Amino acid sequence: MSQTAVLPPARASAAPRARRRAPDRGGRPWTFYVLAALFVLYVLALYGPMICIYILSFQDVRGGLVFPMRGTSLHWFVDLFTQVRTGDVKGAFGRSIRLAAIVTVLTVIVSFMAGLAFRKRFVGDSVVFYLMIGSLVAPGLVLGLGVGLLCNLLGIEASWYGSALGAQLSWTLPFGVLVMFAVMSRFNAVWEEAARDLGASPWQTVVLVILPIIAPGLVAVALFGFTLSYDEFARTLLTAGSLNTLPLEIWSMTLNVTSPSLYALGTVTTIISFLIIGLSLGTIAWMQKRRARKTAR
Amino acid sequence: MAKRRGTTHNRTTHNRTTHNRTGWLLVLPLVVVLIPFFVAPIVGVVVASFVQSDGFGGIVPAFTWENYANIFTSRLTLDLYWATFRFAVFAWFFSLLIGFWIAYFLVFHVRNPLLAMGLFLLCTVPFWTSNIIRMISWIPLLGKEGLINSALLGVGVIDQPLGVLLFSSLAVVIAYVHQLTIFMIVPIFNSMARIDKRTIEAARDAGASRFDIVRLIVFPMSKTGIALGSIFVVSIVMGDFFVVKVMSGGGSASVVGAFYEDVGVLQYPSAAASAVILTAVVSLMVVAILRTVDIRRELTK
Repeated sequence: MSQTAVLPPARASAAPRARRRAPDRGGRPWTFYVLAALFVLYVLALYGPMICIYILSFQDVRGGLVFPMRGTSLHWFVDLFTQVRTGDVKGAFGRSIRLAAIVTVLTVIVSFMAGLAFRKRFVGDSVVFYLMIGSLVAPGLVLGLGVGLLCNLLGIEASWYGSALGAQLSWTLPFGVLVMFAVMSRFNAVWEEAARDLGASPWQTVVLVILPIIAPGLVAVALFGFTLSYDEFARTLLTAGSLNTLPLEIWSMTLNVTSPSLYALGTVTTIISFLIIGLSLGTIAWMQKRRARKTAR
Repeated sequence: MAKRRGTTHNRTTHNRTTHNRTGWLLVLPLVVVLIPFFVAPIVGVVVASFVQSDGFGGIVPAFTWENYANIFTSRLTLDLYWATFRFAVFAWFFSLLIGFWIAYFLVFHVRNPLLAMGLFLLCTVPFWTSNIIRMISWIPLLGKEGLINSALLGVGVIDQPLGVLLFSSLAVVIAYVHQLTIFMIVPIFNSMARIDKRTIEAARDAGASRFDIVRLIVFPMSKTGIALGSIFVVSIVMGDFFVVKVMSGGGSASVVGAFYEDVGVLQYPSAAASAVILTAVVSLMVVAILRTVDIRRELTK
């Protein structure tokens, strides 16, 4: 008190700052530690089991489905791609990647267009919106059964690039459009108006203004499209026809393969997923950094 | 739903609505996919559920209620629905409980926004990997000779391995919560991130306890996120048969599993009837959840 009396100006400026800081920089409430512990446990439970099977997939011939680890080798990876018993893993891989690539391209294009459309109201917009939500929540196998029945009826043979492609799109598109909603809600319509005022045609506005601005969001849509298709199971099961995609191959393996080659397949497919995730997030980060540099200049 | 969106808003946009041809053209590709691959299959299944089966995989094009009558009079089917519904409730409850607090932690407790985003991404990465593989990965942990049993045996808590961990209802719920909590975290995180921090500060200044803030501000304002997450979790669990089949070790069955078996023996009409009822049940649950919030307004605003 005596100090503050000596230095009144210092007190006047320091006191409010100290008060403003108190809730931020002060001691953490006990709930912080409880929730931090919950978070750590959650992340451990999220990744722990996955890491277990990656480790177990590197066992040698004696390996089993549980710990302890028996030797280290790439035996089960070789086994995966050479054994007839484990099915046509190589072919399934190729099909899944190609299918996911097609789905990605279509999802990005269609979601982008729908994202633009939903910014304004149009006749029947609610109908389209609820169709989309319906398609998202419809049980996958029911939809697959329906697509399969229609194929039978129309005499079209079910195939991974036909009926399965469509069935997967009915799942990836609503997801893509939902992501587009989030992207477009951050897009400021003022930029678009500015482009129009400066004489840009609607096409130029889209290509030169909207697209570059929301490009990182489109990468996110692509990430959803690829991974949702690459891991899709329920909708593909009854629509893929005679040739399996990778998740279908894994499903049949869980029923009759009880060796670490199942884990090896898990490791391989997760590596691909991680590559795709890394690539997408890296691209988004790169785009944003480049933009920050451009605007700074 | 439209009524709640506000009449003034509708009136001002009405004139533009009728003339917005570009909007229609832009949304056309989406409709072109949804009609043959969502509307038509569902209609197809509904139609197929009313025809007779010839018992050899073929169908007789004659109208019948029999497929439905069989389902409603079968004690087994009702039990199946009850079992699946119970799993959905458990999965929903635990994923909401965990998801809400994880999102709360990330939004309100992590002060560095970059760190919060990084931790959020850490939670979402497994969503982009194979669900099937993530489920299988519980085997080395929960199995009779798995890590958890070995650890418990080592410590001396139990003297013989617990069989209840894997291939049981517990394992099914664990696998669901493991897979689906992310569907709660993402929308709830989004809702919470939109809450103006000044609201919370104002409440604190007005003397609200932290518990009051969660109960009276954070929870009501995260309702949209909770509703969205609930829709995902409930519809995925109701439509699942894979997790139940693998994680219960054949001990539990599910509605979808039963109709998948019908498809396997080419009993299309009864499978279709079962599918229709399931879809109706899921839709009712989704509509019930949608009644609590206007999701579209929240999403597109």
